[in-house]
Amino acid sequence: MAMHNYPYIWNYLPLVLQILVALGLACGMVGASFFIGKHKNSRTKAGAYECGMDPVGDARGRFSVRFYMVAMLFILFDVEAVFMLPWAVIFRRLPQITGSKMFGFYEMLVYLGFVAVGLFYVWKKGILDWSAEKGDL
Amino acid sequence: MSPNVLALLPEIILTITGVLVMVAEPVLPAGQSRKPLGVLAILGTLAAGFASWYQLGFGTIHAYFNTIQVDSFSVFFHLLIAAIVLVTLLSSLDYFEGHASHAGEYFALTLFGATGMMLMTCSVELLMVFVGLEISSISTYILAGFRKGQASATESSIKYFLLGSFATAFFLYGIALAFGSTGSTRIDVISQNLASTATPTLALLSLALIIIGIGFKVSAAPFHVWTPDVYQGAPAPVVGLMSTAPKAAAFAVLLRILFSGFPSYEPRWASLIWIIAALSMTVGNLGALLQRDVKRMLAYSSIAHAGYLLVAYTAFPADGIASACFYTAAYAAMNVGAFTVITQIGGYRENVRTIEDYSGLALKRPVLAAVLGFFLLSLIGIPFTGGFFGKFYVFSAALHAGHVWLAVIGLLNSGIACFYYLRLLASLYSRRPAIEDNLFDGITVTLPAALALTITAAATLLLGIAPNQVLSLAQRSAAATAPGSANSTTNASR
Amino acid sequence: MPADFLWLIPLLPFTGFLINGTLGRRLPRPLVAAIALIPTALSAILWISLWFSMKAPGAPESIQSVASLFGNTSWIAISGFHVDFAFSVDHLTLIMLGVVTCVGFLIHLYSVGYMAHEEGYWRFFAYLNLFMFFMLVLVLAANFLLLFVGWEGVGLASYLLIGFYFKKDSAANAGKKAFVVNRIGDFGFLLAMFLLIAHFGSLDFTTIFTAVNQHPEWQGGFLTAIALLLVVGATGKSAQIPLYVWLPDAMEGPTPVSALIHAATMVTAGIYMVARSHAIFDRSPYALGVVAIIGAATALFAACIGMVQHDIKRVLAYSTVSQLGYMFLACGVGAYTAGVFHLLTHAFFKALLFLAAGSVIHALSGEQDMRKMGGLRKRIPVTFWTMTMGVFAIAGLPPLAGFFSKDEILFRAFVSPNPIGKLLWLVGLITAGMTSFYMFRLWFKTFFGAERFEEHHDSHGHDAHGHGGVHESPLVMTLPLMVLALLSIIGGWVGVPEALGGHDEIGAFLEPVLSSTGVTVTEVVSHGTEIGLAAISVLVALTGLFAAYVLYYKKPGTAATYAQRFPALYRLVENKFYIDELYQAVIITPLLMFTRIVLGIAIDGGVVGGSAAAATATTRGLGSLVRRVQSGNIRSYAGWLALGAAAVIAVMIFGYTH
Repeated sequence: MAMHNYPYIWNYLPLVLQILVALGLACGMVGASFFIGKHKNSRTKAGAYECGMDPVGDARGRFSVRFYMVAMLFILFDVEAVFMLPWAVIFRRLPQITGSKMFGFYEMLVYLGFVAVGLFYVWKKGILDWSAEKGDL
Repeated sequence: MSPNVLALLPEIILTITGVLVMVAEPVLPAGQSRKPLGVLAILGTLAAGFASWYQLGFGTIHAYFNTIQVDSFSVFFHLLIAAIVLVTLLSSLDYFEGHASHAGEYFALTLFGATGMMLMTCSVELLMVFVGLEISSISTYILAGFRKGQASATESSIKYFLLGSFATAFFLYGIALAFGSTGSTRIDVISQNLASTATPTLALLSLALIIIGIGFKVSAAPFHVWTPDVYQGAPAPVVGLMSTAPKAAAFAVLLRILFSGFPSYEPRWASLIWIIAALSMTVGNLGALLQRDVKRMLAYSSIAHAGYLLVAYTAFPADGIASACFYTAAYAAMNVGAFTVITQIGGYRENVRTIEDYSGLALKRPVLAAVLGFFLLSLIGIPFTGGFFGKFYVFSAALHAGHVWLAVIGLLNSGIACFYYLRLLASLYSRRPAIEDNLFDGITVTLPAALALTITAAATLLLGIAPNQVLSLAQRSAAATAPGSANSTTNASR
Repeated sequence: MPADFLWLIPLLPFTGFLINGTLGRRLPRPLVAAIALIPTALSAILWISLWFSMKAPGAPESIQSVASLFGNTSWIAISGFHVDFAFSVDHLTLIMLGVVTCVGFLIHLYSVGYMAHEEGYWRFFAYLNLFMFFMLVLVLAANFLLLFVGWEGVGLASYLLIGFYFKKDSAANAGKKAFVVNRIGDFGFLLAMFLLIAHFGSLDFTTIFTAVNQHPEWQGGFLTAIALLLVVGATGKSAQIPLYVWLPDAMEGPTPVSALIHAATMVTAGIYMVARSHAIFDRSPYALGVVAIIGAATALFAACIGMVQHDIKRVLAYSTVSQLGYMFLACGVGAYTAGVFHLLTHAFFKALLFLAAGSVIHALSGEQDMRKMGGLRKRIPVTFWTMTMGVFAIAGLPPLAGFFSKDEILFRAFVSPNPIGKLLWLVGLITAGMTSFYMFRLWFKTFFGAERFEEHHDSHGHDAHGHGGVHESPLVMTLPLMVLALLSIIGGWVGVPEALGGHDEIGAFLEPVLSSTGVTVTEVVSHGTEIGLAAISVLVALTGLFAAYVLYYKKPGTAATYAQRFPALYRLVENKFYIDELYQAVIITPLLMFTRIVLGIAIDGGVVGGSAAAATATTRGLGSLVRRVQSGNIRSYAGWLALGAAAVIAVMIFGYTH
């Protein structure tokens, strides 16, 4: 990295800016809706989530394990998709970095192949089938 | 073949086989036997083993931007892991028959675990090591709880998972600090940059954290607390696997990191390893004395054996690596063997648990009892078994390096150890109380299991009678990892 | 004889072991016996031919044979150090080989009769052959590692044979005890080996001893350390103080096993080892002194206990410990030849005594308590006469074997330059008197006086061969007795000292192996002194005989009166000085308590109750599992992990560097 003559800590300036923007945006939106919007509180609206399980109540209540299955799968595939972002950012420079024209492309194909196999497995296992009586969990 | 493919050939084979087995599992009808999948997994393991052997002919291979280094050291551990997995698969081929409909996942997870372990041993870059470690760990977490519906199995799995994640965090943090203090996560670069680092304390801290993470994986004291509970609850074949293969891989990683990455800090880490080794041996052996449950006893025994193995690390540099490699192999042979017998005796239900339960086995199943007795003798360290040479080599290396007291502690410990192994041995050869006489009636040793027993017994015997073959392999692998040897070729980094 | 034949000597019994061990269960008894006996006999024949080829004029003093395994001549090779799978024979080995093969064969033969009605006949002979194999490896080994292999192997075989009656708890426990105590000894042996590797880079006898002999400036120092560690090993195997406790218990095994392993061969391995490494011991007067004191103390101590035992085999067991002490004493004063000589004669007469005792026990259908014997001399004449020879021999009455060897030891102790040589001699002399006393006590109580046993006519399996009740043993058992009796008479004649008109042939024979390098020069004494000392020891032996005669033949019952007069002392001795209890209280109990407290409470909440907790978890299902997880177990584990991590970091950053 090229050395500049300003203090090292200034490298973090963009980060600080982003934090400020994020804070401002969040506070601004909540504040704006507080001031502009109408206030009509209902029980559902006061809940933490507008769907899914009730956060308040008996902790021993039962609910389907499928909630977790789907949530986990969602996170998994979500994270897997995130991996593609940095790859896409440097995609054009990949031949130069790896020393091979198609290497970076094939690697991502392999990776996506694994993701696809995982999806196939999950599907075949019946995890995505919400109605199935007895999926092999 | 591109060097990248060549370097990871065994891992690639295992992954493909594992994926095939995994995909086939839900495709097969629910009631159908999963044995063909097990056979496929066995074939894949064999192929991976041969691929490793094939790699040996290419000398040192560097691949994937110098994060992977295939040398005789990694091949040694690849072969060892392949052998352990092979024996585990053979011994558990019929384990799930009629008990679990999802046995295919077991085979697939075993293969994935093996992939991770192999990746660990050939990585020379800490993040890659971490990836391998996670692949192998997550597989074993699931495998530990594979007897669904058994509370102890689930408990075992959850405990292993929670504590394992905790320990992994230490390891990861160690990597981060190593990067912070040396500017690299590549083991060879770390060792070069250590001399000029501005933050030696940070480097020490990172090494300490890495040792903690690995110490957990190999169940060395004081990071051993999870071992007894997990081994007790997990299925016997899985315990056989996870008490040897991931440990072998973790020991290999520790060897690479300590001997190649931080050789200049040897005065520091050697004394730490000294303490951990002495503590593990003592805690393991004393803890085993009081156990009634056989798997739990063997869990403590494995802690003790981790201690013996760590003794080798104090013998810096070359003797230590060779003796550690040899001990790993010897320990794997006898421990997997012992658990194979336990798998056969207990079956899926594992209704033969305590030392008393084993009494009279010799009257009903003389061959199984004799084989188990042989493994126990090897664990004690009787000559003509692999266990003897392992201990002999390790302690003589430690003494040679000047660690007289560590050798003394180790030998005293191996004296204590024969108490509890003999308790089980004596129980095998004692009269059975009249009640529950049908405990051993359901035992059927199938052909694959018999093969697994033959392989482990033969290996244990061979390592005791003609250890030279494995010794020379161990020494070749030592030469590949000894500080300042093969790493000089990796300077041409991109 | 070509050197490669050496391999056959141990391998023959090993084939016997393999065949009987794998197929023996299905074979008829005579065949099992043949499979066990023929290889042993062949080994003995090989020994005889070896003997003649080495006695021939111009024969080399030692021959060596290195085996190659898988085309590799070294057995293990690690960084500049290698050990060969090598056997060698010199004159010392030749004597040991003779003892092992010949006495071994006789005891095999005897066992054919003795074990005829036992379950697990094949198992017994398989183990016995396994023992022979390891014992032969032990004496043939050309390096310490191979010797150690044999050393451990005989321990294993001994464990199997002591626990042969594994349905009996006491037998199983005795086997375990022998094993564990021997492991403590092995600890010393292994450390000695590591030190040898560190200092000599080799474990080969020739290499090490040559190196020692070439460096006369090496005195004491590391050689003392090695020698003392070897002594630790030897005290385990040869049942010396403080590790002798296993041998008396080992009598739980079948009697032929006691004769072969725990009298004639295995227990002498420690003496053999010390004699073999005398080059090292010669350089360390300190270690030699320790050997001598251990030997003398053991001899006296065991003889004391032996005087009040009632079990015929236990008397012999303590006698063995005591006699081994003699051999140690001999080695300790540098008289290795005398030690090996006594080893030889002891092998004859102690094997004889055990086998004869076995014959007595056999006759009485398993009775071992001497209080329930008596007057057997007419009932079992062959056993009586052969055992008489053994008793006279061990008591040291001329011209039987024990006299010459024991006298040689006492004489060497008397003239040794050791500052306490005279004291050692005195202890030896007193022990000789006690030996004579307890052996004749055994003799009188068993064969003379009133018949105190009950006749069993039906409870014994022997009715099948035509006679019930007390009977003489079959020829297959009495024949070995007769041979051994003969050897007990003439066995000592190979070592008649010059003072008594002999030539001390055994001394000359062992000269090339055991000649000291001039460190332990003995005083020059006249033949007159030697004869005088011999006379004193004979007198002492006769005194012992007379005392036993009075107490147990002339006026039986007086012994009990004396015992009542000193009840505390008697009880102390009768209970073997409470050494077992002491070990239990001082070592084993604290160890277990330490384990229980430190590990049980502090670290592993489930150490003892672990399996119980898991069992409850299984029965109560997942609910209790959750409770258990939440009960703090995992959190406490994580806490321990964190604490350990903190300690590791502290050691790493603030710790010492070596």
